[in-house]
Amino acid sequence: MEESELMKNCEALIIGGSAGSLEVLLRVLPALSPTLSFPVIIVVHRKHGTDSLLPDLLSGKTSLKVKEIEEKEQAMPGTVYIAPSDYHTLIEQNKTFSLDYSEKVNYSRPAIDVTFQTGAEAYKGKLVCMLLSGSNSDGVNGLKSVKAWGGITVIQDPETAQVAYMPAQAALQLKIDYTLSIEDMADFINLLS
Amino acid sequence: MYSEVSLINDEQVDILLADLLDHYGYDFTGYSRASLKRRIIRLYSLDKALSFAEFRYQINNDPVYFKRFVEQITVNVTEMFRDPAFFKTLRDVVLPKLGTYPFIRIWLAGCSTGEEAYSISIILKELNLLHKSLIYATDLNPVVLEKAAQSMFALSQMKQYSENYIASGGQLDFSSYYTANYSLAKFDEELKRKIIFSTHNLVSDHTFNEFQLILCRNVLIYFDRDLQHKVLQLFDESLEPLGYLALGSKETIDFSPLSKNYKRVPAEKIWRKVS
Repeated sequence: MEESELMKNCEALIIGGSAGSLEVLLRVLPALSPTLSFPVIIVVHRKHGTDSLLPDLLSGKTSLKVKEIEEKEQAMPGTVYIAPSDYHTLIEQNKTFSLDYSEKVNYSRPAIDVTFQTGAEAYKGKLVCMLLSGSNSDGVNGLKSVKAWGGITVIQDPETAQVAYMPAQAALQLKIDYTLSIEDMADFINLLS
Repeated sequence: MYSEVSLINDEQVDILLADLLDHYGYDFTGYSRASLKRRIIRLYSLDKALSFAEFRYQINNDPVYFKRFVEQITVNVTEMFRDPAFFKTLRDVVLPKLGTYPFIRIWLAGCSTGEEAYSISIILKELNLLHKSLIYATDLNPVVLEKAAQSMFALSQMKQYSENYIASGGQLDFSSYYTANYSLAKFDEELKRKIIFSTHNLVSDHTFNEFQLILCRNVLIYFDRDLQHKVLQLFDESLEPLGYLALGSKETIDFSPLSKNYKRVPAEKIWRKVS
């Protein structure tokens, strides 16, 4: 298959989403291989103050280790990292996380663009970024960066998204490498390993 | 605002950081690079710089632009009573303990435009401790300190700040602390009387007093681990025995050998120096 050829070097997967993305994560995470050879970094928009809920919720759904990102922490394979609310998550060249309390981007903090973009520079051609359901265009510019640095772009098929706007905007503004239904996502991710 | 491939590359960032150190004595080399680079690119694109050479020349030769550069690459986003639960712990646990001292010295490091300094001043006043307290509010950036000293904040923020204030245990009418003046809320002079705004650079300046409470929230996240170590050392030297150190909600002293001398106040990022 062409895709496994393309992506056997995957060193990180970043998933971004907003409205309607939690349901996708709850369906995809249980089907992920427990021995993924790369970190899965999740950036979803949510209300400030609901911090510890999301890691707890998601860790019940997978045998992978799930944790909220701590600043200066090293991204490790086989671990699911959740970006904390009300901070931007950035990825450093040495694959550690930095947190940043600067202005909102696209009315959002965390902004998916910020993590996609810094991730693109850190992982270059060995990064896969996936944009899920959502109602604004956060993440679209980030996907352009991923593309420019040689990484791979994936969107949830807008037809299957609770809120199609976010992945639809991505498809409109750049040439996306893979458009996946929710059913196909876990297999796709497991194949990257 | 976003470019697909960076407008400024890592080598160029290194050049700018070396310039800042040479020309102005500002050392940003220990800052978290991804964040710093993003800020520099943001400014480059905001100010529509024509080329890297021109951008660099302006920073090095135009003192007004240099000031803008420093203000813009450091993060100055802050609010009053941000993280209300934290301020509730200050109000209910930490400050009443310090209230038994004859005199309370507080250092707010990285105070930015002053919102937290006024928040602390309000709590001290309500606890009847303001008259015997002194808040040293410092920042590396003189521009934000000038703003802070004006004690004026956007009126549009007051609804949020009032909610934060109430959630942090405040029981008065928050609007009694300011007078509305067009689009600005001017805070009472009394709140400012016990605040000293002053420049201090955590990277290069030394300890200047002993304190019973040091607050430095959402500053260490912008530093790499080595610089974080160094700054925690500085705080440790500046903190009296049994004094408190308060950090931002995602910051910790756990990685530092100093942490063995500190005991955490439950549920908040506040540590007490116990030995």
